[in-house]
Amino acid sequence: MAAVSHWKFCTYLKLELMPANAFNGHTDLGIGLGLRVPHYRHILEKKPVCDWFEIISENFMVDGGRPLEVLDSILEQYRVVQHGVAMYFGNADPLNRDHLKKLKRLVKRTNTPWLSDHLCWGSVDGRCSHDLLPMPYTMSVAKHTAEKIRQARDFLEVPICVENVSSYAEFTQNEMTEWEFLNEVVERADCGILLDVNNIYVSSQNHGFDPFEYLRAVPHHRVGQIHIAGHTRLDHVILDTHDHPVPDPVWELYATAIQNSGSTATLLEWDDKIPSFDDVHAEALKANRYLHEHTHA
Amino acid sequence: MPKRSKPTAISMSTPTPSQFRTNADLRLLQRTMAAALMQPLTRKDGLQASTQVDFITPNDRMSGFERLEIYALQYWFRLLDCLYDDYPALRALLGERRFHRLCRDYLAQHPSTSWTLRNLGSALPAFITEMKARDVARVEWAQTLAFDEALKKPLRIDDLLGSDPSTLHLGLQPCVVLLQIDHAVDHFITAMKKADADVRGSASQAMSEAPTRARLAKAPKLKRERVHLAVNRHDNILYFKRLAPEAFAMLAALRDGLTLADAIEVALAEATPDTDWPAQIRDWFTEFSQLGWFTKFPHKT
Repeated sequence: MAAVSHWKFCTYLKLELMPANAFNGHTDLGIGLGLRVPHYRHILEKKPVCDWFEIISENFMVDGGRPLEVLDSILEQYRVVQHGVAMYFGNADPLNRDHLKKLKRLVKRTNTPWLSDHLCWGSVDGRCSHDLLPMPYTMSVAKHTAEKIRQARDFLEVPICVENVSSYAEFTQNEMTEWEFLNEVVERADCGILLDVNNIYVSSQNHGFDPFEYLRAVPHHRVGQIHIAGHTRLDHVILDTHDHPVPDPVWELYATAIQNSGSTATLLEWDDKIPSFDDVHAEALKANRYLHEHTHA
Repeated sequence: MPKRSKPTAISMSTPTPSQFRTNADLRLLQRTMAAALMQPLTRKDGLQASTQVDFITPNDRMSGFERLEIYALQYWFRLLDCLYDDYPALRALLGERRFHRLCRDYLAQHPSTSWTLRNLGSALPAFITEMKARDVARVEWAQTLAFDEALKKPLRIDDLLGSDPSTLHLGLQPCVVLLQIDHAVDHFITAMKKADADVRGSASQAMSEAPTRARLAKAPKLKRERVHLAVNRHDNILYFKRLAPEAFAMLAALRDGLTLADAIEVALAEATPDTDWPAQIRDWFTEFSQLGWFTKFPHKT
């Protein structure tokens, strides 16, 4: 494939990898924040400088009311990228047409340069878990999942990035590692990756693998966006809670990811025990250190 | 809302495929795992001991059972939190324990069939048999609808001039929900709101923002009273408006597709003659038009 050849060529010559690629709509966004309800008033009144906001698509797939009014106000001032939680590419069931139609309506409203959702499953026989459940890592499932990503992209007419999820369990039927499965899916779907380095860290601790091996194996040219976040460590498991600052091990993974993929659009997720907008923004801007180091290197 | 699939009976002892060859193999695994997660938790909030877990690999710290249990707890706590967020007045009325038991029973019989948690509590009012609690639940579900249903282009009173009432159909804004209830739930919720600002400043739209369980508000007295209520949104704030029975009947008839003439006839079928009804109806139309409640009737193709 032409894109792979170009990337290999750049790597060989140690050229600067371009963060703008086909998988993020050839944009060059910097550090963004997740748009969250407790920050609405601050953002609308103070209009703080922020490169971009990521919205949870499903929170705005409604017919009216405050969510859409807030969104429209935000769109007047800021670039918005959609991040979904309910496409469930890994479901055995087909894609939900009702969901897709509403999603497309929102895509037209936001003009999102790309759209992301998770590499997971979440419902079966019409019953929904509202969770990001882990996939069985097998070739037949990778093919099935990739086909659904293609179908979604063709319908939505916008580039799609799939995000690796945190997981707490693995299936006995697994035939490959998570990163091998991710690679199979994205190559077959020819889609981008939303690389969540916190999720890689959480899963590496829960399943006992080397997170840097994961990062090395990811097709770097397909990374359209990066997520950073905090988590909660319990006795026997780490939970992906998004309620803490980004811990050092996650920053280390982030630094490596930036070295591999270039200065990629980066988003801090903070979804529970949410501090003030300024505190969350300050935490996100710590990513600048790694982005600048990479640029100067 | 997507059509509800016919529930599929899943035996907890159904073996999952050892290898994946077809999509049917994947479906079987997902059915087995979903059945494990969605079955009721034990009284101590744990996974049922009989749960099939042979498809989950243990690690050096946790058994397959313990790993699966994490997902089961996440499932139940997330959905319970959503109902806690959407039904704060019902929770106050019933008290913590009764409300919690009601929610667990409800979710066991009504697992989510929608991609959005906004619809999770849609069947809760009908699930409740006790009339007082059902009325509170009906009003709280109406608030969820009024919060984010569409606000279509309103018709002005001038738009209606010259129309023939015998053929004129008017639509009601989707964000205006009409309810006939037998308890003063509007006063109950308003009193709660004064006592506890946490009670529904906004309806649920939280997918990632899990609601925290606010302190249980002390419930005010809920009086028995026949109320004709419009739960509605104006400038993105929720309001209750009490209606005269005749105005309620007229609006409901218009919403259901009757012509204006027929709606008025239905509304005044049992009205007493001691009121100047033509003047009263003009006043209602002026008021409801100013509120922006009327819109074009949604003719279905």
